[in-house]
Amino acid sequence: MGTKVFSRPDCLRDVATHYCPGCHHGIIHRLVAEAIDELELAPRTIGVAPVGCSVFIYDYIDTDFIQASHGRAPAVATGVKRALPDRIVFTYQGDGDLAAIGTSEIIHTAARGENVTVIFVNNAIYGMTGGQSAPTTLLGQSTTTAPKGRDAGADGAPIQVCEMLNTLQRPAFISRVSVHTPAQVVRAKKAIRRAFQCQQEGKGFSFVEVLSACPTNWGMTPLDANKWLEQQMLPYYPIKDFRIPEGVQ
Amino acid sequence: MAEKVLMKGNEALAEAAIRAGCRFFFGYPITPQNELLEYMARHLPEVGGTFLQSESEIGAINMVFGAACAGVRVMTSSSGPGISLKQEGVSYIAGSELPAVIVNIMRTGPGLGGIAPTQSDYFQATKGGGHGDYRLMVLAPASVQEMVDLTALAFEKADEYRNPVLILGDGVLGQMMEPVVLPEPSPEKTVEKPWATTGKGDNEKAKLITSLYIKPEEAECFCDHLRAKYSAMEERETRFECYRTDDAEIIAVAYGTAARLCMAAVDMVREKGIRVGLIRPITLFPFPSAPLREAAEGGAWFLTVELSTGQMVEDVRLAVGGRQPVDFYGRSGGMVPDPRVIAARLEELAEKKANAETAQPNEGGAA
Ligand SMILES: Cc1ncc(C[n+]2csc(CCOP(=O)(O)OP(=O)(O)O)c2C)c(N)n1
Ligand code: SF4
Repeated sequence: MGTKVFSRPDCLRDVATHYCPGCHHGIIHRLVAEAIDELELAPRTIGVAPVGCSVFIYDYIDTDFIQASHGRAPAVATGVKRALPDRIVFTYQGDGDLAAIGTSEIIHTAARGENVTVIFVNNAIYGMTGGQSAPTTLLGQSTTTAPKGRDAGADGAPIQVCEMLNTLQRPAFISRVSVHTPAQVVRAKKAIRRAFQCQQEGKGFSFVEVLSACPTNWGMTPLDANKWLEQQMLPYYPIKDFRIPEGVQ
Repeated sequence: MAEKVLMKGNEALAEAAIRAGCRFFFGYPITPQNELLEYMARHLPEVGGTFLQSESEIGAINMVFGAACAGVRVMTSSSGPGISLKQEGVSYIAGSELPAVIVNIMRTGPGLGGIAPTQSDYFQATKGGGHGDYRLMVLAPASVQEMVDLTALAFEKADEYRNPVLILGDGVLGQMMEPVVLPEPSPEKTVEKPWATTGKGDNEKAKLITSLYIKPEEAECFCDHLRAKYSAMEERETRFECYRTDDAEIIAVAYGTAARLCMAAVDMVREKGIRVGLIRPITLFPFPSAPLREAAEGGAWFLTVELSTGQMVEDVRLAVGGRQPVDFYGRSGGMVPDPRVIAARLEELAEKKANAETAQPNEGGAA
């Protein structure tokens, strides 16, 4: 008789997602759900959904959820956490959401050391609105609003969010991971779990950036997208644990 | 026992909020409402509450959104330019059916304007301000005592209707000191909020707070639901005060500080035996159209007085529906009208009305 080695996390609903083939949002959702399950947090977790392709995350992860306005999820999470300090509060945000319209909210939430967890999905483009430039779009990468490729002179240089947040005093946990290979998925899972653990133990602000593919708007097959992520994104967005508090395994 | 104290409007409002069970305040400094923020910073921690100075008004209103989702009594305050920034969040709060209290101690505008008192945010307060098909309940105090009383009411009504309530004051009310009777602190009201996102606990179903309706059928259904709620407010929550209107030929219409000036003007004109009065809306939404319509049907003429170039006058005209003339007098930019000037305008209008009435019968006869 075989033993069961893999199953759907309890708090991941058994429904088909709306994501495109090869999109990494689904994988990242699963990792978040697994971490919530393993730490047995579901009954006291409140998620804050962003504006972007993952706006419907509340249809997939079975915890209480709030749908925030574009970029403001960290401020919403602050309000919830201040009101309910013994609950687990996390946001899930894209790079347009977090690094463009929501820069103020993320920086100040991190600066306050708010005891919440932020999952930041960086796919270097705006997915939902059809492939416009993000603050994380790489130099030379073409988008619908940078048809000739992003140019530092005209468009500025891409923002490295982990590095930027790492200049602040208060964040407890900052890590950048990727999900483009099985090995990286395992590593990403560990970082996400650690981030929730950090919050559970009251250590303060925890932040995980997950590099992610958007085959649809990059105009690639899922396999080519994974390759592009590895070759183009990793050099500029290195996978790294920036900050880990003592005692977090 | 209720106590009578001398307090500044902004501070009295803050104290009233604490006594109404408000335990969370998120705000960002702007004149002329800073005393409110500072009072909360000093006194909320004393009752176990949380004060947080946010990085911006956008941050503040979204913290309010989050705390409201968690089911607590929460408030923010600001003035014109800050309220403009808050409008995105206000639309989301209304669209997510959350109770919250928002205070606007108005300053002049457009743009940066100045810190002197005006009533130039009437449109923004009552006609949406943010995007979408929503209404706020808007309360307009005219004294420090009313700032206290209407704040208690604001929290109650916000919970009852699951809708943001806006208190619309101005720099005069915020800054002036008057004796007030403070209510007994109401023990934290235990309003049931089964919809609050506090974690699913043992429940089968997770709770969701959202304002996203992708399907037009569902979106329309939701808007209809909101409309029904606003209609209920119109039926049950319209508040106004009539001052010497029983036999009035001319009726001033004004709210807040402008209403106080009008009251003085009405008294002056009455001394001359001219029958004038005042209708003072206390709720700007729902707007007290019925008493205005009735007064118009009784033959009264109207003078709307505002600290603006004319905003509420549009609602007065709608209510009067062309039955009788509606005149307007306003000062803007922080200039406060002299009651004697308002009195002169009321007298002028009374004379015009008398002339019109004596002219009318002749018109037919002379032909
Ligand atoms: C205030 C506001 N501005 C713009 C939009 C439109 N909008 C929706 S999603 C989005 C970009 C989201 O991109 P990202 O955060 O990178 O997420 P992705 O879709 O790539 O997962 C934009 C600009 C909006 N909903 N609200
Ligand atoms: S557009 Fe991009 S980010 Fe959005 S679902 Fe498709 S692949 Fe994923």
